[in-house]
Amino acid sequence: MFAYYLQLALRALRRSPLLTALMVLALAVGIGASMTMLTVLHVLSGDPLPGRSAHLYYPQVDPRASGDAAADPRPPSLLTYIDAMNLMREGRTTRAAVMYAGSEVLRPIGPGRSPQSVNSRYTSGSFFSMFAVPFRYGAPWSGSDDAGGAHVAVISRALNQSLFGGVDSVGRSIVYGGHSFRIVGVLAHWRPIPRFYDLDSSRFGDVEKVFIPFNTARALDFSVAGSTNCYGKPGSSLDTSNCGYIQMWVQLDTARAAVAYRRFLVNYSEQQYAAGRFSRKPNVRLDDLMRWLAVNHAVPDDVRMQAWLALGFLLVCVVNTVGLMLAKFLRRSGEIGVRRALGASRHAVFAQLLTEAGMIGAAGALIGLTLTMLGLWLVRQQPSGYAQLARMQPSMLVATLAVAIGASLLAGILPAWRACLVAPAMQIKAQ
Amino acid sequence: MISLRPILSSLRRHKIAALLIILETALAFAIVSNALYMVVGRLERVRMPSGIDERSLVMLRLDTSDRSQGTVASGLADVAALRAIPGVESATVANSMPLSGMQWGLSFSTRPMDSIGSGVGAPLYLGGGHLLRTLGVHVLAGSEFAPSAYADFRRKGFMDQLMTVHQALITKALAERLWPHGRAVGKEMYMGKTRVQVVGVVSNIIRPYVSADAHDPANYFAAIYPRRLGPDLGAFYVLRCKPADRSRILEAARAKLQALHPTETVGLHETFTRMRRHYFANDRSMAWLLVGTMLALLGVTAVGIVGLASFWVQQRTRQIGVRRALGACRADIRRYFQAENFLLATTGILIGCAAAIVINVWLMAHYSVPRLPVIYLPVGALLLVGIGQIAVLGPAIRAARVPPIRAMRAA
Repeated sequence: MFAYYLQLALRALRRSPLLTALMVLALAVGIGASMTMLTVLHVLSGDPLPGRSAHLYYPQVDPRASGDAAADPRPPSLLTYIDAMNLMREGRTTRAAVMYAGSEVLRPIGPGRSPQSVNSRYTSGSFFSMFAVPFRYGAPWSGSDDAGGAHVAVISRALNQSLFGGVDSVGRSIVYGGHSFRIVGVLAHWRPIPRFYDLDSSRFGDVEKVFIPFNTARALDFSVAGSTNCYGKPGSSLDTSNCGYIQMWVQLDTARAAVAYRRFLVNYSEQQYAAGRFSRKPNVRLDDLMRWLAVNHAVPDDVRMQAWLALGFLLVCVVNTVGLMLAKFLRRSGEIGVRRALGASRHAVFAQLLTEAGMIGAAGALIGLTLTMLGLWLVRQQPSGYAQLARMQPSMLVATLAVAIGASLLAGILPAWRACLVAPAMQIKAQ
Repeated sequence: MISLRPILSSLRRHKIAALLIILETALAFAIVSNALYMVVGRLERVRMPSGIDERSLVMLRLDTSDRSQGTVASGLADVAALRAIPGVESATVANSMPLSGMQWGLSFSTRPMDSIGSGVGAPLYLGGGHLLRTLGVHVLAGSEFAPSAYADFRRKGFMDQLMTVHQALITKALAERLWPHGRAVGKEMYMGKTRVQVVGVVSNIIRPYVSADAHDPANYFAAIYPRRLGPDLGAFYVLRCKPADRSRILEAARAKLQALHPTETVGLHETFTRMRRHYFANDRSMAWLLVGTMLALLGVTAVGIVGLASFWVQQRTRQIGVRRALGACRADIRRYFQAENFLLATTGILIGCAAAIVINVWLMAHYSVPRLPVIYLPVGALLLVGIGQIAVLGPAIRAARVPPIRAMRAA
C-alpha cells in the first residue's frame, strides 16, 4: 500500500514541479538556517567536564566598600589575594585551586627563533587533578612545590610540539618571564568548551601554554593578564590591597559538603565584617559549574539570539509550506473526489497525502542538511572566537533529519485533513 | 472604489487559506521589524566615531622578556628613534588604545569617597607629552599639562603611583557627566580620597571597549594622566603619519624596533583602521546575518503568497468569468485581488505589531536589546505590504486575463 502511495505521490509531485520545488526549497532553507544555529548553540552550551561539573563550585565573597557600584548585588567574580589565601587555608574541601591569568615572554630554544609572548595560568597543583586534565608526559607538580614556590612548569601539548618537537621534555627547562623553570609535565590534548575556569578572557580559546605554581608567580610578581578590580583603601601592593584578580574553584563531593562550605563562606564574611575588613554584611555565592556558566552568559548572547531568529524563520517556512500544500492538495479536489467515489476511505486519502508531505519533507531534509553543512562552513569563516568549533555533530545530524520530516508532516496534517473533507459527489458533479 | 463586502464574503469561504496568509504576514512582520532594528543597532556601533585620527595611526608592541628593555628610558629612546623615520609626524608610548580591548579603569567622583571603586568608571590613558597630538585629540577648554607635570610610571607599585597623580585631562563626555551644569576646568574630582584637579577638557575619545548601545555617553568617558611609561606594561608604540605612508612606516618601524631590541619580539604591528575593523567584526557579521535572514524570510513569505493567490485565482476562474461577462473590466479584477491581499496583509501586520512588541519585550528582558522605536513598525509594515502587493501582482494579472467566455463554458 505504502509503495502505491509513494508512486502516487511521485506522480503528483512531478505534475507541478515548480510548486514542489518551491515547497522543498522553502523547507530546506528554514531547516538549514535553524539547524546551523542550533548546532552552534549545542556545541557551545555543552558541559565542559561531564560527570565532574556537578561537584565543582566557584566561591564568591564580597569585599566591596558599602558605596561601591551598588548596581550589581552579586559579589564580585574575582577574589582578592587575602580572601583567596584565607579560603584555601580554612575551607574544608575535597580539592581546591586558586588561579590567575598571566602572559610573559618565553625565551626561544635554539638559534634563529625569536622570543614569544605566551598566555599562562598560575595555579595550584590540584588544578590538574580536580579538572581531570590529561597528561601526555610527566605529572602535575606536588603540594610541596605549591607551598615552596618551586620553579616548575607544566606545558601544553602545542608548546611542547613547537619547542621540543613533541618528544618527552620532562626534566628540561624553559626560560619564562626571565626565570628558569623545570618542566614536570606535558599536557595531552585538552580543550574544555567553554574554557570554564576563567570566563574573563577568551572563553572559547585554547588552554594556556604554560602552567606555573601560583605562589611562584606571586613571588616573582608576574603581572595579571586578566581584570583587576580594586575596592576600599589601596594598600602598598596588589596583594595587600583589596584588589580582586583571582579565580578559585573547589570540589565538594556531597550536597552536605556544599551546604557546609556555603555556611563557612558566610561565617568567614561575618568574621571579616567584625574585623572591619569587609564593610558589607555577608554576601556570598557558591555556584556549581553549570550554574556559573549560565550566570555569566558563557554562551554568547548573539548565538542565542541567532538560534531564536533561526527558529522563527523555520516557523515562517513551516507556515508557508502549510499554505502551499493546502493549495496543492485542494487543487486536486477532483482527483480526490474520484478516488473517494471509487471506494477509497478518508483514512486512505489522508495517508496518501501525508506520504506526499513526507516525501517533500525528506527532500527538504536532504537539501536542508547540505545547507546546514554550508551554513556551518560559513560560521567557521566568521571572526568570532568560537567560529572554529562550529562542526556537525552526529546527534545534530539525526536531529536535523527528524526536525525536517517532523516539520513537513506537521505542515501536511492540516492540508491533508482539509482535503479529506472534500465531498465526492460535489467534485464529480463539478467535473 | 473597491467595495469590501464581496472580498470579505469570499474570504469567509476560504478561512484556512486566509488565516495562513495572515499568520505568515504577522510572523514575518514581527521578526523583520525586530531584526531590522537590530541591524541598525549593529551598524550604528560599527560606525561609532572614535574621536581620534584613525586613518593616520599605526601601532606596534614589543614583547619584552628582559625587564631592562621595558623601562621608561628605553621606551623614550625607542620613540626618539621611531620619530626619526621619514614621514613620522609624531610618536608616543601609550598604555592603552581606543577599541584595543586593553583598558585601565578608574572611578571618579565629585566628592571624596571611602573606596576607590566608587564613582563614575572611566578608562585611563597615559602616554607622555605627545599623546594628544599623536592621536589628534583637541583641548576644548583649559590647557594641556605643563611639561613639569610629567613623571615616569614604573612597573612596580602600580596602585601607589596612581594615587600620587593630582592633575588630569578629561573628555567632554566625562566632564558633562560629572558636572552636568557647569564648567569642569579647575574643578576637583576624587579617585577614592585622592584629589585630582581637572586642568583641561579634551574632545571625546572612544573607550578601549564599548557597550552594546552606541548611544551610551559612557562610551566616551576617559581621563588622561601626565605620566610617561615604558613598553613593558602591554603598552603600544603609537605613530602618526600620512594615511598613504602607513604600510611603509609600519614596516620601517618594525624593522627599527627589532634592530634596537634584537633579543625581543615585535608582537603586534598594525594600523588603527585594521584594529578597528577587527574590533567590530562580530557586529558586522551579525548585521549581515540578520540582513540575509530578513531577505530570505521576505522571499519565503512572497512565495507563500504567490502560491495561495494562484490557487485562489484558479479556483475562482468561473466567478471571474461571470464578473467579466457582467461588465467588469480587467483592471477591476486585478484590483480586486490586490485589495484582497492588502486587506489580509494589513490584518497580519496589526496582529504582527502585538507580536513584535512581545518579542521586543522578551529580548529586552533577556539580552541587551533596547526598546524598539515606534518608527520601525511603519517601516516593517511598508515592507510587508510591498512584498504582498508584488507577490500578488502575477496571479492578479493572470486572473484579469480570464476571458468572459470561460464562465459560460465551465457552467
